[in-house]
Amino acid sequence: MDWNILSWLIWLPVVGMVAIALIPREKPEIIKIIAAVATGLQLWVVIMLWIQFDRGAVGFQFQEKLAWIPSFNIHYFLGVDGLSLPMALLTALLSFLGIFVSWKIDKAVKGYFALFLLLDTGMMGVFLSLDFFLFYVFWEVMLLPMYFLIGIWGGPQREYAAIKFFLYTLAGSVLMLVAMLALYFSCGRTFDMTQMIVLAPEALKGVTWWGLDTLKVIWIFLFITFAIKVPIFPFHTWLPLAHVEAPTAVSVILAGVLLKMGTYGLLRISYPMLPDGAVWFAGALAILALINIIWGALCALAQTDLKKLVAYSSINHMGYVLLGMAAVVAAGAQHGTNMTAAQAGMNGAVLQMFNHGTITAMLFILVGVVYDRAHHRDIDGFGGLGVKMPIYSGVVALAFFAGLGLPGLSGFIGEAMCFIGAFPVYKLIVIIATLGILLNASYFLWAYQRIFLGGLNEKYADIPEINGRELFTLVPLAVLVVLLGVYPAPVLNVMKVTMNYIIEIVQTSSLLAPH
Amino acid sequence: MHDLNTYLIIGAVLFTLGLFGVITRRNAIAVLMGVELILNAANINFIAFARFGGMNLSGHIFAMFVIIMAAVEAAVALAIIINLYNNLGTVNIDEADTLKK
Amino acid sequence: MDVRILYGSLFLILPLLAFVIQIFVGNRLPRKGDWVSIGAVLLTLCIAIAMFAVMLVYDDPHFKVDKSIEWFNLGSWTVEIGMLIDNITIVMLLVVAVVSGLVHIYSVGYMAGDPRYSRYFGYLSLFTFSMNGIVLSNNLFSIYMFWELVGLSSYLLIGFWFEKDSAADAGKKAFLVNRIGDIGMFIGILLFFTGTGSFLFTDLFEGVANGALSGSLLTIAGICIFLGAVGKSAQFPLHVWLPDAMEGPTPVSALIHAATMVAAGVYLIVRLFPIFTVDALTVIAYVGGFTALFSAIIAVTQNDIKRVLAYSTVSQLGYMVLAVGTGAYVAGLFHLVTHAAFKAGLFFCSGSVIHAMHHAYHKLNDHESDPQDLRNMGGFKDKMKITYTTMLIATLAISGVPFMSGFLSKDAILAGTLAFAQHHPEHSLLPVFGFGAAILTAFYMFRLIFMTFHGKPARREILDHIHESPSVMTTPLVILATLSIFIFYTLPFANPFSDHGWYMHLVEPVNSVVAGNPTAHEIEEGIHHAHLPAMIISLIVAGLGIFLAFLVYLRKRISAEKMAQRMGIMYKFSFNKFFMDEIYQKYLVNPSIIFSKAVGFLDWDLYDKYIINGFAWVTKRLSRIIGIKYDYDILDQKIVDGVGRSTHFFGAGLRLIQTGKLQNYLLWVLGGIIIIFIIQVM
Repeated sequence: MDWNILSWLIWLPVVGMVAIALIPREKPEIIKIIAAVATGLQLWVVIMLWIQFDRGAVGFQFQEKLAWIPSFNIHYFLGVDGLSLPMALLTALLSFLGIFVSWKIDKAVKGYFALFLLLDTGMMGVFLSLDFFLFYVFWEVMLLPMYFLIGIWGGPQREYAAIKFFLYTLAGSVLMLVAMLALYFSCGRTFDMTQMIVLAPEALKGVTWWGLDTLKVIWIFLFITFAIKVPIFPFHTWLPLAHVEAPTAVSVILAGVLLKMGTYGLLRISYPMLPDGAVWFAGALAILALINIIWGALCALAQTDLKKLVAYSSINHMGYVLLGMAAVVAAGAQHGTNMTAAQAGMNGAVLQMFNHGTITAMLFILVGVVYDRAHHRDIDGFGGLGVKMPIYSGVVALAFFAGLGLPGLSGFIGEAMCFIGAFPVYKLIVIIATLGILLNASYFLWAYQRIFLGGLNEKYADIPEINGRELFTLVPLAVLVVLLGVYPAPVLNVMKVTMNYIIEIVQTSSLLAPH
Repeated sequence: MHDLNTYLIIGAVLFTLGLFGVITRRNAIAVLMGVELILNAANINFIAFARFGGMNLSGHIFAMFVIIMAAVEAAVALAIIINLYNNLGTVNIDEADTLKK
Repeated sequence: MDVRILYGSLFLILPLLAFVIQIFVGNRLPRKGDWVSIGAVLLTLCIAIAMFAVMLVYDDPHFKVDKSIEWFNLGSWTVEIGMLIDNITIVMLLVVAVVSGLVHIYSVGYMAGDPRYSRYFGYLSLFTFSMNGIVLSNNLFSIYMFWELVGLSSYLLIGFWFEKDSAADAGKKAFLVNRIGDIGMFIGILLFFTGTGSFLFTDLFEGVANGALSGSLLTIAGICIFLGAVGKSAQFPLHVWLPDAMEGPTPVSALIHAATMVAAGVYLIVRLFPIFTVDALTVIAYVGGFTALFSAIIAVTQNDIKRVLAYSTVSQLGYMVLAVGTGAYVAGLFHLVTHAAFKAGLFFCSGSVIHAMHHAYHKLNDHESDPQDLRNMGGFKDKMKITYTTMLIATLAISGVPFMSGFLSKDAILAGTLAFAQHHPEHSLLPVFGFGAAILTAFYMFRLIFMTFHGKPARREILDHIHESPSVMTTPLVILATLSIFIFYTLPFANPFSDHGWYMHLVEPVNSVVAGNPTAHEIEEGIHHAHLPAMIISLIVAGLGIFLAFLVYLRKRISAEKMAQRMGIMYKFSFNKFFMDEIYQKYLVNPSIIFSKAVGFLDWDLYDKYIINGFAWVTKRLSRIIGIKYDYDILDQKIVDGVGRSTHFFGAGLRLIQTGKLQNYLLWVLGGIIIIFIIQVM
């Protein structure tokens, strides 16, 4: 608190960006090193934060509050709790690794790394803002570098992908702006989230707009904003395109961090501010989760482009998160105050967010590795690489098995918790959703077989093995995947108090009163 | 010679002469000299008001300001004129009508 | 900490450590690190033997250690995992350690020179670790985790020679088919957890006893759990992966796909026996009985030596499941133990034969002929004396011939089945399954022996190159053959016709906690009465089976071809494994892939292209209409530009006064001032 740790977290990359701006473009090595140092320091700071974080305390820690635009009661207000801390760690870790993943970028190096750092700031800001307006600003700040990173450094269809991503997300942000202003005025002109959580449920009671419940309208607006980010079916089609076209490191960030913002937004804003909305929508959320799981898995099974397969697997995996989130209603009196299920679901959802971040990052980095060597990503165009690249195929096996939810690796535990949480309330949905586990295994194993097993494709008789730099980017993630698969408590201990707090807020919703 | 009007009349004459120069002369330097005359007309008025009109020391200080201003202005204006000459090859301001184009 | 728990955790730590070492540095170690894995497994074997000895000395049927630790807690929800050690655990640990240890040793010979030698041993260690994990778990959650991990090691080992497409396919198939069962098991776990709020067996039993879960829900939950066993123990209809799994190296088949992993399903339902309802048990019994007969029928016509053994394994597992279903679960577990020894022995023998065939074909420069095809073999008995003798002993054991271990356990199962049918005459089909499978087992096993070791091979010159395998491979054979003799299971007694011994004494049946189920005592009573008739019938059927095989394949009194013709459609079904693979491929796999392609198409080429991009298209059209027609042509051109044009008109007049000469402007200014001045004065 003495040294404004959260501000450091957010602005360190900007410092790096300014430094990069001062370096002449002829010295790409120095630019890269500066970027690595900036994100490395950020990672170190977030680890410090992780260590100092008080796991037992409810509410936001390390708060910083400065008046920003006093006439509108807007503050520069930061804070961290058990929900945002894992996300901040994920952001810092993936940004740091992303720098090394992009080491081989040779087109406009200066611009690339400057934008990458700006993106990092935007993401960190979203996770640490406690002022809704500030949140919104960071939310938009993040879009811009993303647009350029895809549009300039992307694949052949990059411009189409970038504009689609940008417009799609922006369309969502507009709705958030409306919802934000509605909440601002309802809560007596404050953007302070901690206040809004207290005031909003009361303020919106019985209010209607043109005969519609204001609460539901705001909920739907926010939901669409966040659904586009997650992405939830049917708002998902920007994702495969953006992922396929984006450079590897950007795909890593996109899938690893940006998708989490959707569910983070739901948990940070929608759930506590609109508990009635959360309860009202939970059934629909569970159904959407089911569609995400099955639809994503089926689409992944159909793909021949490896990167697209991984992209669709993200849609599938985020479905588990939504399923866990829908489980929050189990805590209501109507469902027998099943705190066990609610806690399993909500904690499972956030754990799955974190774990999916690490797993999908691994997957995208691995796709990038083989793309750099073979210059294509057609699954059927490989064959038998396991003989030539034993280490690479081993790491891919680890990532794929984590992705398909093998126990002992981190993909399993979050998934299982989401199922356990949702089961008492949504039995049928969960039973159908377990089919997703089978489909998961099918598409990963089938892809693995087509790439690595069978006879060696002679075209790749001298394909080089994965190199040290690439391994360096994968090892931290692999370690996390294994450690959290065996012992998830370190992350669960950080988040559980916060998640229980959110459950308690939703629990009070009048919609959950006994019949 | 001991009343205000005399000084004001002198100032007005000086001002009119300056204005006449500014409007009619073609040579930029002459225009500049006209401007200087206008400034000095103002100076005479300031001093006159300081002596007779109750402006006291303020009038002197304003006059000092104007003198400094005039010096600065002369420097800037001369620089402009030199640039004008460099670009157009003349100091005839009738030919400097690029504003119209 | 309880010292027994410490010993128990060594069963996990040692193989896991070996796995990690092998994966990371195995290749760089001397001898490619095989001694690391072997050392780890032999250490666990020593501990297992010590624990077993202590168990015999203690002689306490109720011995049980159950310790849990907190894995994580979320406030209201604490998840505990832990270890359960009782007599069943110790017996299972010993079985795993013995078979695994022998497989490790055997593999040194069998896998010599393989380019991924150290990885192979790493995978074996991983398997041993996960299998021990299943056996030691005291809760459903960790059992499920280890359950999937053995699936992983099975996948890795089946597909070990992944350059062969068939091996890669088989590995994938095994994993996916197992996953179907696992999903059922997972749903079962969810049901039990939702009912009782815990994963621990003890809490589960207590919850069910208190009625937290009852009636049809309990039946469904039980059947769901059983689905896991159906997958892992290759019961009908999920048996299709096991025969394909024979693509893996033969020692792996012996360890994973004959002796231990496939028995995990049986172990699971034995462990959870107290919470199965009568209805669930009936389902289990029918699935097991049907599988036993069904796969025995298939085994009769197969020509691949390993596939015959694979179907025989499926059949024997069916026996065990049948036993659990009829309540004789102690007998089922007993058969698991004896089966582990003689089936692993049979696989080792087949491995030894294949090894020899490989060698011989290699010498003959024949790379076309299938070294696993029974029709290419024959007359090896003088060339491979040890293999022949040990295989004969194991075959006698599996056929249920007296003085052999298989006789005791099979007899116990058949007695249980018979007793069940006597109690419930409507289920008389079950003993028919059992005895039918018994006669076929004797028949196809002796067919195997006669075709391999008697008669003449297809190519006579092959006999010149057939020779016995190295001692590193034959020693395990001898050990396993020895363990197929009855005496090891009846000590301290030595009556070959009674299963009475340490096992029956120490593994006591427990009462079901489901209200209305028969008690252990009632079941035992029934079995006791059915013992003698069952023994007589099983002796007759075993003899009949062996005699038939003798007539057909040794004496050639009955032509196999003619018999096949006479059986017609039945033969065709059996030979083609009842077309199960084809049916799955045609009606499940292909449609799901086509469906996924359709969904992918729908998603990308229809939904995204037309709906989402349609929004953009509509917006663009709309913008064109609004933007060009209204905005530009009317609003902009007429109104906005109208303002501009009129301004322009006036401006055109006024611009005449704009000369560009500063002095003119100044003059205008002066004029303006004068006018203002005049107005002011007036």
